Amino acid sequence: MNAVTRADFFQPSIWKRLGYALLVVYVIYAAATLGLSWERIERGVGYGAKFLAGFFPPSFTKSDLIPGLLESLQIAFLASLFGTLIAIPLSVLAARNLMPAFVTWPMRVIIILCRTFHPVIVAIIAVKAVGFGAMAGVIALTVASVGFVGKLLAEAIEEISKKQIEAIRATGASFMNTIIFGVVPQVMNRFIGFVAYETDSNLRHSTIVGVVGAGGIGGTLFAAFQRYDYDFVAGISIAIIALVMLGEAIQSYVKRVFR
Amino acid sequence: MNATAEMNRWIRFTPAQRVARFAVYLGMVAAIVWALKTIEVIPEFLYDAPAQVVDMGARMWPIDFAHFWPGIWPALVETLHIAAMATILGLCMGIPVGFLAARNATPFPWVNHAARFVLVATRSISTLLWALFFVAMFGPGPLAGALAIAFHSIGFIGKMFSEGVEESNRGSIEALQAAGATRMQQIVMGYWPMVLPTFWSVALFRWDINVRESAILGLVGAGGIGVALNSAIDLLQWDRVSLILLTIFVVVILIEIIVMQIRRRVI
Repeated sequence: MNAVTRADFFQPSIWKRLGYALLVVYVIYAAATLGLSWERIERGVGYGAKFLAGFFPPSFTKSDLIPGLLESLQIAFLASLFGTLIAIPLSVLAARNLMPAFVTWPMRVIIILCRTFHPVIVAIIAVKAVGFGAMAGVIALTVASVGFVGKLLAEAIEEISKKQIEAIRATGASFMNTIIFGVVPQVMNRFIGFVAYETDSNLRHSTIVGVVGAGGIGGTLFAAFQRYDYDFVAGISIAIIALVMLGEAIQSYVKRVFR
Repeated sequence: MNATAEMNRWIRFTPAQRVARFAVYLGMVAAIVWALKTIEVIPEFLYDAPAQVVDMGARMWPIDFAHFWPGIWPALVETLHIAAMATILGLCMGIPVGFLAARNATPFPWVNHAARFVLVATRSISTLLWALFFVAMFGPGPLAGALAIAFHSIGFIGKMFSEGVEESNRGSIEALQAAGATRMQQIVMGYWPMVLPTFWSVALFRWDINVRESAILGLVGAGGIGVALNSAIDLLQWDRVSLILLTIFVVVILIEIIVMQIRRRVI
Protein backbone atom coordinates (compact mmCIF):
# COMPACT_ATOMS: atom_id res chain seq x y z
CA MET A 1 0.00 0.00 0.00
CA ASN A 2 2.36 2.64 -1.18
CA ALA A 3 -0.08 5.49 -1.46
CA VAL A 4 1.19 8.70 -2.96
CA THR A 5 1.90 11.03 -0.11
CA ARG A 6 0.16 14.34 -0.09
CA ALA A 7 3.28 16.42 -0.12
CA ASP A 8 4.27 15.14 -3.56
CA PHE A 9 1.63 17.23 -5.28
CA PHE A 10 2.99 20.46 -3.99
CA GLN A 11 6.71 19.70 -4.10
CA PRO A 12 8.35 22.81 -5.49
CA SER A 13 10.85 22.07 -8.20
CA ILE A 14 14.53 22.50 -7.34
CA TRP A 15 15.11 24.45 -10.55
CA LYS A 16 12.41 26.95 -9.72
CA ARG A 17 13.94 27.56 -6.30
CA LEU A 18 17.38 27.90 -7.81
CA GLY A 19 15.96 30.40 -10.28
CA TYR A 20 14.43 32.51 -7.52
CA ALA A 21 17.65 32.37 -5.51
CA LEU A 22 19.65 33.52 -8.53
CA LEU A 23 17.17 36.33 -9.07
CA VAL A 24 17.54 37.52 -5.47
CA VAL A 25 21.35 37.37 -5.71
CA TYR A 26 21.25 39.34 -8.95
CA VAL A 27 18.93 41.99 -7.51
CA ILE A 28 21.22 42.51 -4.51
CA TYR A 29 24.29 42.66 -6.74
CA ALA A 30 22.69 45.03 -9.26
CA ALA A 31 21.28 47.25 -6.50
CA ALA A 32 24.79 47.55 -5.11
CA THR A 33 26.22 48.53 -8.50
CA LEU A 34 23.46 51.09 -9.00
CA GLY A 35 24.46 52.74 -5.74
CA LEU A 36 21.22 51.99 -3.93
CA SER A 37 21.37 52.66 -0.22
CA TRP A 38 18.87 53.63 2.45
CA GLU A 39 20.41 56.96 3.32
CA ARG A 40 20.43 57.93 -0.34
CA ILE A 41 16.77 57.05 -0.66
CA GLU A 42 15.95 58.95 2.51
CA ARG A 43 17.78 62.02 1.29
CA GLY A 44 16.16 61.67 -2.13
CA VAL A 45 12.68 61.44 -0.70
CA GLY A 46 13.41 64.62 1.24
CA TYR A 47 14.40 66.41 -1.98
CA GLY A 48 11.39 64.89 -3.67
CA ALA A 49 9.04 66.42 -1.13
CA LYS A 50 10.58 69.84 -1.67
CA PHE A 51 10.41 69.29 -5.37
CA LEU A 52 6.74 68.32 -5.29
CA ALA A 53 5.99 71.38 -3.23
CA GLY A 54 7.50 73.44 -6.08
CA PHE A 55 4.95 71.88 -8.45
CA PHE A 56 2.01 73.55 -6.75
CA PRO A 57 0.13 75.39 -7.95
CA PRO A 58 0.76 74.22 -11.55
CA SER A 59 1.09 77.11 -13.96
CA PHE A 60 -0.63 77.03 -17.34
CA THR A 61 -0.29 80.68 -18.14
CA LYS A 62 3.05 80.83 -19.96
CA SER A 63 2.65 81.72 -23.61
CA ASP A 64 4.74 78.85 -25.04
CA LEU A 65 2.55 76.05 -23.68
CA ILE A 66 -0.09 75.95 -26.43
CA PRO A 67 2.27 76.42 -29.43
CA GLY A 68 4.49 73.66 -28.05
CA LEU A 69 1.60 71.25 -27.66
CA LEU A 70 0.30 72.07 -31.14
CA GLU A 71 3.74 71.45 -32.60
CA SER A 72 3.86 68.08 -30.84
CA LEU A 73 0.51 67.23 -32.40
CA GLN A 74 1.77 68.25 -35.86
CA ILE A 75 4.85 66.08 -35.44
CA ALA A 76 2.76 63.11 -34.30
CA PHE A 77 0.25 63.38 -37.17
CA LEU A 78 2.80 63.85 -39.93
CA ALA A 79 5.12 61.15 -38.62
CA SER A 80 2.21 58.69 -38.44
CA LEU A 81 1.18 59.58 -42.00
CA PHE A 82 4.64 59.30 -43.55
CA GLY A 83 5.59 56.30 -41.44
CA THR A 84 2.47 54.40 -42.45
CA LEU A 85 2.85 55.32 -46.13
CA ILE A 86 6.42 54.01 -46.14
CA ALA A 87 5.63 50.97 -43.99
CA ILE A 88 2.85 49.59 -46.21
CA PRO A 89 4.94 48.76 -49.31
CA LEU A 90 7.87 47.77 -47.09
CA SER A 91 5.84 45.21 -45.15
CA VAL A 92 4.31 43.75 -48.32
CA LEU A 93 7.84 43.28 -49.65
CA ALA A 94 9.00 41.87 -46.29
CA ALA A 95 6.25 39.23 -46.02
CA ARG A 96 7.81 35.84 -46.62
CA ASN A 97 4.63 34.28 -47.99
CA LEU A 98 4.35 36.81 -50.82
CA MET A 99 7.94 37.47 -51.80
CA PRO A 100 11.10 35.45 -52.44
CA ALA A 101 13.88 35.50 -49.86
CA PHE A 102 16.17 37.86 -51.75
CA VAL A 103 13.49 40.56 -51.54
CA THR A 104 12.35 39.95 -47.96
CA TRP A 105 15.80 39.98 -46.38
CA PRO A 106 16.84 43.54 -47.28
CA MET A 107 13.38 44.77 -46.30
CA ARG A 108 13.54 43.00 -42.96
CA VAL A 109 16.94 44.52 -42.29
CA ILE A 110 15.53 48.00 -42.99
CA ILE A 111 12.62 47.37 -40.63
CA ILE A 112 14.93 46.05 -37.90
CA LEU A 113 17.23 49.07 -38.30
CA CYS A 114 14.27 51.42 -37.92
CA ARG A 115 13.11 49.59 -34.81
CA THR A 116 16.41 49.30 -33.01
CA PHE A 117 17.06 52.87 -32.07
CA HIS A 118 14.91 54.84 -29.69
CA PRO A 119 13.21 57.80 -31.40
CA VAL A 120 15.26 60.17 -29.25
CA ILE A 121 18.53 58.76 -30.62
CA VAL A 122 17.23 59.02 -34.18
CA ALA A 123 16.16 62.57 -33.32
CA ILE A 124 19.74 63.47 -32.36
CA ILE A 125 20.95 62.32 -35.76
CA ALA A 126 18.04 64.06 -37.51
CA VAL A 127 18.78 67.32 -35.70
CA LYS A 128 22.35 67.10 -36.97
CA ALA A 129 21.04 66.49 -40.50
CA VAL A 130 18.19 69.00 -40.87
CA GLY A 131 18.79 71.35 -37.97
CA PHE A 132 16.63 72.18 -34.95
CA GLY A 133 12.88 72.21 -35.24
CA ALA A 134 9.82 70.15 -35.95
CA MET A 135 11.24 68.68 -39.16
CA ALA A 136 13.81 66.65 -37.21
CA GLY A 137 11.04 65.38 -34.93
CA VAL A 138 8.94 64.30 -37.90
CA ILE A 139 11.89 62.42 -39.38
CA ALA A 140 12.76 60.70 -36.09
CA LEU A 141 9.21 59.54 -35.41
CA THR A 142 8.69 58.55 -39.05
CA VAL A 143 11.63 56.18 -38.73
CA ALA A 144 10.18 54.71 -35.53
CA SER A 145 6.75 54.34 -37.17
CA VAL A 146 8.20 52.55 -40.18
CA GLY A 147 9.87 50.08 -37.85
CA PHE A 148 6.80 49.48 -35.72
CA VAL A 149 4.05 49.34 -38.37
CA GLY A 150 6.38 47.57 -40.80
CA LYS A 151 7.17 44.75 -38.39
CA LEU A 152 3.63 44.16 -37.16
CA LEU A 153 2.07 44.49 -40.61
CA ALA A 154 4.61 42.10 -42.14
CA GLU A 155 3.80 39.58 -39.39
CA ALA A 156 0.07 40.08 -39.93
CA ILE A 157 0.48 39.48 -43.67
CA GLU A 158 2.49 36.34 -43.00
CA GLU A 159 -0.33 34.97 -40.85
CA ILE A 160 -3.09 35.35 -43.44
CA SER A 161 -4.90 32.39 -44.90
CA LYS A 162 -3.33 31.10 -48.11
CA LYS A 163 -6.61 29.80 -49.50
CA GLN A 164 -8.09 33.17 -50.35
CA ILE A 165 -4.91 34.18 -52.13
CA GLU A 166 -5.02 30.98 -54.18
CA ALA A 167 -8.68 31.50 -55.02
CA ILE A 168 -7.99 34.99 -56.28
CA ARG A 169 -4.92 33.88 -58.22
CA ALA A 170 -7.00 31.12 -59.80
CA THR A 171 -9.25 33.77 -61.35
CA GLY A 172 -6.22 35.12 -63.17
CA ALA A 173 -5.78 38.20 -61.01
CA SER A 174 -2.63 40.27 -61.36
CA PHE A 175 -0.24 40.72 -58.44
CA MET A 176 -1.77 44.06 -57.46
CA ASN A 177 -5.26 42.59 -57.60
CA THR A 178 -4.14 39.69 -55.42
CA ILE A 179 -2.87 42.17 -52.86
CA ILE A 180 -5.98 44.37 -52.96
CA PHE A 181 -8.62 41.62 -52.90
CA GLY A 182 -6.74 38.79 -51.19
CA VAL A 183 -4.41 40.36 -48.65
CA VAL A 184 -5.91 43.73 -47.72
CA PRO A 185 -9.30 42.46 -46.51
CA GLN A 186 -7.55 39.94 -44.25
CA VAL A 187 -5.21 42.42 -42.54
CA MET A 188 -7.30 45.61 -42.64
CA ASN A 189 -8.66 45.34 -39.11
CA ARG A 190 -5.31 44.67 -37.53
CA PHE A 191 -3.72 47.36 -39.67
CA ILE A 192 -6.15 49.95 -38.31
CA GLY A 193 -5.27 48.82 -34.81
CA PHE A 194 -1.54 49.19 -35.50
CA VAL A 195 -1.93 52.65 -36.97
CA ALA A 196 -4.11 53.81 -34.09
CA TYR A 197 -1.54 52.49 -31.61
CA GLU A 198 1.28 54.02 -33.61
CA THR A 199 -0.36 57.44 -33.65
CA ASP A 200 -0.84 57.18 -29.91
CA SER A 201 2.79 56.21 -29.39
CA ASN A 202 3.96 59.02 -31.71
CA LEU A 203 1.93 61.46 -29.65
CA ARG A 204 3.78 60.34 -26.51
CA HIS A 205 7.18 60.48 -28.16
CA SER A 206 6.51 63.82 -29.85
CA THR A 207 6.34 65.32 -26.38
CA ILE A 208 9.94 64.30 -25.61
CA VAL A 209 11.94 64.61 -28.83
CA GLY A 210 12.12 68.33 -28.05
CA VAL A 211 14.63 67.49 -25.31
CA VAL A 212 17.26 67.07 -28.03
CA GLY A 213 15.95 70.02 -30.05
CA ALA A 214 13.63 68.21 -32.44
CA GLY A 215 10.56 70.36 -31.84
CA GLY A 216 7.40 70.06 -29.80
CA ILE A 217 6.60 70.65 -26.16
CA GLY A 218 9.67 68.71 -24.97
CA GLY A 219 12.01 71.61 -25.57
CA THR A 220 9.82 73.94 -23.55
CA LEU A 221 9.61 71.36 -20.80
CA PHE A 222 13.33 70.80 -20.68
CA ALA A 223 14.02 74.54 -20.61
CA ALA A 224 11.51 75.04 -17.78
CA PHE A 225 13.20 72.25 -15.86
CA GLN A 226 16.61 73.81 -16.22
CA ARG A 227 15.25 77.17 -15.06
CA TYR A 228 13.84 75.47 -11.93
CA ASP A 229 10.48 76.69 -13.17
CA TYR A 230 8.77 73.75 -11.47
CA ASP A 231 5.22 75.07 -11.46
CA PHE A 232 5.41 75.37 -15.26
CA VAL A 233 6.93 71.86 -15.44
CA ALA A 234 3.91 70.61 -13.53
CA GLY A 235 1.58 72.53 -15.86
CA ILE A 236 3.22 71.03 -18.96
CA SER A 237 3.19 67.52 -17.47
CA ILE A 238 -0.51 67.78 -16.69
CA ALA A 239 -1.17 69.09 -20.20
CA ILE A 240 0.77 66.16 -21.69
CA ILE A 241 -1.14 63.63 -19.57
CA ALA A 242 -4.44 65.23 -20.64
CA LEU A 243 -3.38 65.15 -24.30
CA VAL A 244 -2.32 61.50 -24.13
CA MET A 245 -5.53 60.51 -22.35
CA LEU A 246 -7.56 62.33 -25.00
CA GLY A 247 -5.53 60.52 -27.65
CA GLU A 248 -6.26 57.18 -26.00
CA ALA A 249 -9.99 57.96 -25.87
CA ILE A 250 -9.98 58.84 -29.58
CA GLN A 251 -7.97 55.71 -30.33
CA SER A 252 -10.48 53.45 -28.62
CA TYR A 253 -13.35 55.24 -30.38
CA VAL A 254 -11.70 54.75 -33.77
CA LYS A 255 -11.08 51.09 -33.03
CA ARG A 256 -14.74 50.66 -32.08
CA VAL A 257 -15.91 52.36 -35.26
CA PHE A 258 -13.85 50.06 -37.47
CA ARG A 259 -14.50 46.83 -35.62
CA MET B 1 -41.46 44.20 -57.13
CA ASN B 2 -39.08 47.08 -57.33
CA ALA B 3 -39.71 47.86 -53.67
CA THR B 4 -38.82 44.35 -52.47
CA ALA B 5 -35.62 44.42 -54.51
CA GLU B 6 -34.82 47.68 -52.85
CA MET B 7 -35.49 46.21 -49.41
CA ASN B 8 -33.44 43.10 -50.04
CA ARG B 9 -30.40 45.01 -51.17
CA TRP B 10 -27.60 44.15 -48.80
CA ILE B 11 -25.91 47.12 -47.18
CA ARG B 12 -22.79 46.44 -45.18
CA PHE B 13 -22.99 49.25 -42.62
CA THR B 14 -25.86 50.91 -40.84
CA PRO B 15 -26.26 54.64 -41.48
CA ALA B 16 -24.86 55.38 -38.02
CA GLN B 17 -21.76 53.30 -38.76
CA ARG B 18 -21.30 55.09 -42.07
CA VAL B 19 -21.55 58.48 -40.41
CA ALA B 20 -19.03 57.42 -37.74
CA ARG B 21 -16.59 56.16 -40.37
CA PHE B 22 -16.98 59.30 -42.40
CA ALA B 23 -16.33 61.37 -39.28
CA VAL B 24 -13.12 59.46 -38.59
CA TYR B 25 -11.90 59.88 -42.18
CA LEU B 26 -12.80 63.57 -42.11
CA GLY B 27 -11.00 64.03 -38.81
CA MET B 28 -7.89 62.27 -40.10
CA VAL B 29 -7.75 64.32 -43.28
CA ALA B 30 -8.41 67.54 -41.40
CA ALA B 31 -5.65 66.77 -38.88
CA ILE B 32 -3.11 65.99 -41.61
CA VAL B 33 -4.01 69.03 -43.71
CA TRP B 34 -3.79 71.25 -40.64
CA ALA B 35 -0.42 69.78 -39.67
CA LEU B 36 1.01 70.11 -43.18
CA LYS B 37 -0.14 73.69 -43.55
CA THR B 38 1.02 74.97 -40.20
CA ILE B 39 4.18 73.02 -39.40
CA GLU B 40 7.20 75.23 -39.17
CA VAL B 41 9.97 74.17 -41.53
CA ILE B 42 13.07 76.26 -41.91
CA PRO B 43 13.99 75.94 -45.60
CA GLU B 44 17.59 77.08 -45.14
CA PHE B 45 18.19 74.09 -42.88
CA LEU B 46 16.68 71.74 -45.44
CA TYR B 47 18.85 72.89 -48.35
CA ASP B 48 22.10 71.76 -46.78
CA ALA B 49 20.68 68.60 -45.22
CA PRO B 50 22.29 66.26 -47.79
CA ALA B 51 25.64 67.95 -47.29
CA GLN B 52 25.24 67.65 -43.52
CA VAL B 53 24.39 63.95 -43.74
CA VAL B 54 27.41 63.28 -45.96
CA ASP B 55 29.59 65.25 -43.56
CA MET B 56 28.27 63.29 -40.58
CA GLY B 57 28.84 60.00 -42.37
CA ALA B 58 32.41 61.00 -43.18
CA ARG B 59 33.10 61.94 -39.58
CA MET B 60 31.62 58.68 -38.30
CA TRP B 61 34.06 56.64 -40.36
CA PRO B 62 36.31 54.91 -39.44
CA ILE B 63 34.62 53.65 -36.30
CA ASP B 64 36.81 54.13 -33.23
CA PHE B 65 36.77 50.49 -32.06
CA ALA B 66 39.73 51.08 -29.74
CA HIS B 67 37.45 53.11 -27.50
CA PHE B 68 35.19 50.14 -26.71
CA TRP B 69 37.39 48.92 -23.89
CA PRO B 70 37.41 50.49 -21.32
CA GLY B 71 35.31 53.41 -22.61
CA ILE B 72 32.01 51.79 -23.59
CA TRP B 73 31.91 48.41 -21.87
CA PRO B 74 31.20 49.63 -18.28
CA ALA B 75 28.48 51.96 -19.57
CA LEU B 76 26.95 49.07 -21.50
CA VAL B 77 26.90 46.83 -18.43
CA GLU B 78 25.33 49.66 -16.46
CA THR B 79 22.63 50.02 -19.13
CA LEU B 80 21.81 46.31 -18.88
CA HIS B 81 21.63 46.52 -15.08
CA ILE B 82 19.35 49.54 -15.29
CA ALA B 83 17.05 47.72 -17.71
CA ALA B 84 16.89 44.54 -15.63
CA MET B 85 16.36 46.29 -12.30
CA ALA B 86 13.77 48.59 -13.81
CA THR B 87 11.87 45.62 -15.22
CA ILE B 88 11.88 43.81 -11.87
CA LEU B 89 10.86 46.94 -9.98
CA GLY B 90 8.27 47.82 -12.59
CA LEU B 91 6.73 44.35 -12.30
CA CYS B 92 6.66 44.65 -8.49
CA MET B 93 4.79 47.96 -8.73
CA GLY B 94 2.73 47.35 -11.87
CA ILE B 95 1.21 43.98 -11.00
CA PRO B 96 -0.60 45.14 -7.81
CA VAL B 97 -1.94 48.19 -9.65
CA GLY B 98 -3.00 45.92 -12.49
CA PHE B 99 -4.99 43.75 -10.07
CA LEU B 100 -6.58 46.85 -8.58
CA ALA B 101 -7.56 48.03 -12.06
CA ALA B 102 -9.17 44.71 -13.06
CA ARG B 103 -12.92 44.91 -12.59
CA ASN B 104 -13.37 41.27 -11.61
CA ALA B 105 -10.50 41.02 -9.12
CA THR B 106 -11.35 44.32 -7.39
CA PRO B 107 -15.11 44.91 -7.40
CA PHE B 108 -14.95 48.54 -6.27
CA PRO B 109 -15.49 50.88 -9.26
CA TRP B 110 -13.77 53.86 -7.66
CA VAL B 111 -10.65 51.77 -6.93
CA ASN B 112 -10.67 50.60 -10.56
CA HIS B 113 -10.89 54.16 -11.81
CA ALA B 114 -8.14 55.38 -9.51
CA ALA B 115 -5.86 52.50 -10.55
CA ARG B 116 -6.63 53.12 -14.23
CA PHE B 117 -5.73 56.77 -13.81
CA VAL B 118 -2.41 55.77 -12.22
CA LEU B 119 -1.72 53.46 -15.17
CA VAL B 120 -2.48 56.13 -17.78
CA ALA B 121 -0.59 58.85 -15.92
CA THR B 122 2.59 56.82 -15.38
CA ARG B 123 2.53 55.80 -19.03
CA SER B 124 1.98 59.30 -20.38
CA ILE B 125 4.96 60.76 -18.56
CA SER B 126 7.85 59.66 -20.70
CA THR B 127 10.97 57.95 -19.41
CA LEU B 128 13.03 61.07 -19.98
CA LEU B 129 10.69 63.20 -17.90
CA TRP B 130 10.67 60.64 -15.09
CA ALA B 131 14.46 60.61 -15.35
CA LEU B 132 14.56 64.40 -14.95
CA PHE B 133 12.46 64.09 -11.79
CA PHE B 134 14.58 61.33 -10.31
CA VAL B 135 17.86 63.00 -11.22
CA ALA B 136 16.63 66.02 -9.29
CA MET B 137 15.77 63.73 -6.37
CA PHE B 138 18.63 61.24 -6.22
CA GLY B 139 21.29 63.04 -8.19
CA PRO B 140 22.68 61.95 -11.56
CA GLY B 141 23.47 58.27 -11.95
CA PRO B 142 21.99 54.87 -12.75
CA LEU B 143 19.68 54.83 -9.71
CA ALA B 144 17.64 57.69 -11.15
CA GLY B 145 17.58 55.90 -14.49
CA ALA B 146 16.36 52.60 -13.07
CA LEU B 147 13.60 54.33 -11.10
CA ALA B 148 12.59 56.38 -14.15
CA ILE B 149 12.14 53.33 -16.37
CA ALA B 150 10.46 51.38 -13.57
CA PHE B 151 7.85 54.10 -13.02
CA HIS B 152 7.27 54.51 -16.73
CA SER B 153 6.77 50.71 -17.07
CA ILE B 154 4.04 50.61 -14.42
CA GLY B 155 1.45 51.78 -16.92
CA PHE B 156 2.22 49.21 -19.59
CA ILE B 157 2.66 46.28 -17.20
CA GLY B 158 -0.44 47.17 -15.19
CA LYS B 159 -2.56 47.59 -18.31
CA MET B 160 -1.51 44.24 -19.75
CA PHE B 161 -2.10 42.59 -16.39
CA SER B 162 -5.52 44.03 -15.79
CA GLU B 163 -6.55 42.90 -19.28
CA GLY B 164 -5.15 39.42 -18.59
CA VAL B 165 -6.98 39.23 -15.27
CA GLU B 166 -10.25 40.43 -16.77
CA GLU B 167 -10.07 37.75 -19.45
CA SER B 168 -9.44 34.96 -16.93
CA ASN B 169 -11.88 32.17 -16.35
CA ARG B 170 -14.68 32.70 -13.78
CA GLY B 171 -15.07 29.02 -12.93
CA SER B 172 -12.01 28.45 -10.81
CA ILE B 173 -12.55 31.76 -8.98
CA GLU B 174 -16.11 30.73 -8.13
CA ALA B 175 -14.81 27.38 -6.89
CA LEU B 176 -12.38 29.19 -4.59
CA GLN B 177 -15.11 31.53 -3.38
CA ALA B 178 -17.35 28.54 -2.65
CA ALA B 179 -14.53 27.03 -0.62
CA GLY B 180 -14.40 30.23 1.44
CA ALA B 181 -11.15 31.67 0.11
CA THR B 182 -10.36 35.26 1.07
CA ARG B 183 -9.81 37.84 -1.65
CA MET B 184 -6.04 37.53 -1.26
CA GLN B 185 -6.24 33.75 -1.56
CA GLN B 186 -8.40 34.10 -4.65
CA ILE B 187 -5.74 36.26 -6.24
CA VAL B 188 -2.80 34.06 -5.29
CA MET B 189 -4.37 30.67 -5.98
CA GLY B 190 -6.98 31.63 -8.59
CA TYR B 191 -5.98 34.56 -10.76
CA TRP B 192 -2.21 34.27 -10.50
CA PRO B 193 -1.83 30.81 -12.11
CA MET B 194 -4.16 31.94 -14.90
CA VAL B 195 -2.19 35.10 -15.69
CA LEU B 196 1.22 33.42 -15.41
CA PRO B 197 1.65 33.24 -19.22
CA THR B 198 0.75 36.94 -19.40
CA PHE B 199 3.33 37.57 -16.70
CA TRP B 200 6.14 35.95 -18.68
CA SER B 201 5.27 37.56 -21.96
CA VAL B 202 4.84 41.00 -20.37
CA ALA B 203 8.10 40.67 -18.42
CA LEU B 204 10.09 39.69 -21.51
CA PHE B 205 8.46 42.28 -23.74
CA ARG B 206 9.01 45.04 -21.23
CA TRP B 207 12.63 44.01 -20.64
CA ASP B 208 13.22 44.28 -24.38
CA ILE B 209 11.68 47.78 -24.45
CA ASN B 210 13.52 48.85 -21.32
CA VAL B 211 16.92 48.05 -22.78
CA ARG B 212 16.14 50.43 -25.65
CA GLU B 213 14.83 53.07 -23.28
CA SER B 214 17.81 52.84 -20.95
CA ALA B 215 20.07 53.76 -23.86
CA ILE B 216 18.67 57.31 -23.89
CA LEU B 217 18.60 58.02 -20.17
CA GLY B 218 22.13 59.35 -20.27
CA LEU B 219 20.93 62.42 -22.18
CA VAL B 220 19.60 63.80 -18.92
CA GLY B 221 22.39 62.31 -16.81
CA ALA B 222 20.59 59.22 -15.56
CA GLY B 223 23.34 56.73 -16.31
CA GLY B 224 23.95 54.04 -18.88
CA ILE B 225 25.39 54.11 -22.37
CA GLY B 226 23.48 57.33 -23.10
CA VAL B 227 25.99 59.24 -20.97
CA ALA B 228 28.78 58.07 -23.24
CA LEU B 229 26.66 58.89 -26.30
CA ASN B 230 25.82 62.33 -25.01
CA SER B 231 29.41 63.25 -24.19
CA ALA B 232 30.66 61.89 -27.52
CA ILE B 233 28.11 64.08 -29.34
CA ASP B 234 28.91 67.12 -27.23
CA LEU B 235 32.63 66.65 -27.92
CA LEU B 236 31.90 66.09 -31.65
CA GLN B 237 33.65 62.70 -31.50
CA TRP B 238 31.52 61.25 -34.29
CA ASP B 239 33.72 58.15 -34.67
CA ARG B 240 32.80 57.27 -31.09
CA VAL B 241 29.15 58.09 -31.74
CA SER B 242 29.12 55.51 -34.50
CA LEU B 243 30.77 52.98 -32.19
CA ILE B 244 28.09 53.55 -29.54
CA LEU B 245 25.27 53.32 -32.07
CA LEU B 246 26.75 50.08 -33.38
CA THR B 247 27.02 48.74 -29.82
CA ILE B 248 23.38 49.58 -29.09
CA PHE B 249 22.33 47.96 -32.36
CA VAL B 250 24.18 44.72 -31.61
CA VAL B 251 22.89 44.54 -28.03
CA VAL B 252 19.29 45.19 -29.05
CA ILE B 253 19.44 42.51 -31.74
CA LEU B 254 21.03 40.03 -29.31
CA ILE B 255 18.31 40.70 -26.75
CA GLU B 256 15.62 40.29 -29.36
CA ILE B 257 17.08 36.90 -30.26
CA ILE B 258 17.26 35.88 -26.58
CA VAL B 259 13.67 36.97 -25.98
CA MET B 260 12.53 35.05 -29.04
CA GLN B 261 14.30 31.89 -27.86
CA ILE B 262 12.85 32.13 -24.33
CA ARG B 263 9.40 32.82 -25.74
CA ARG B 264 9.61 29.75 -27.93
CA ARG B 265 10.62 27.53 -25.01
CA VAL B 266 8.63 28.89 -22.07
CA ILE B 267 5.41 30.21 -23.51
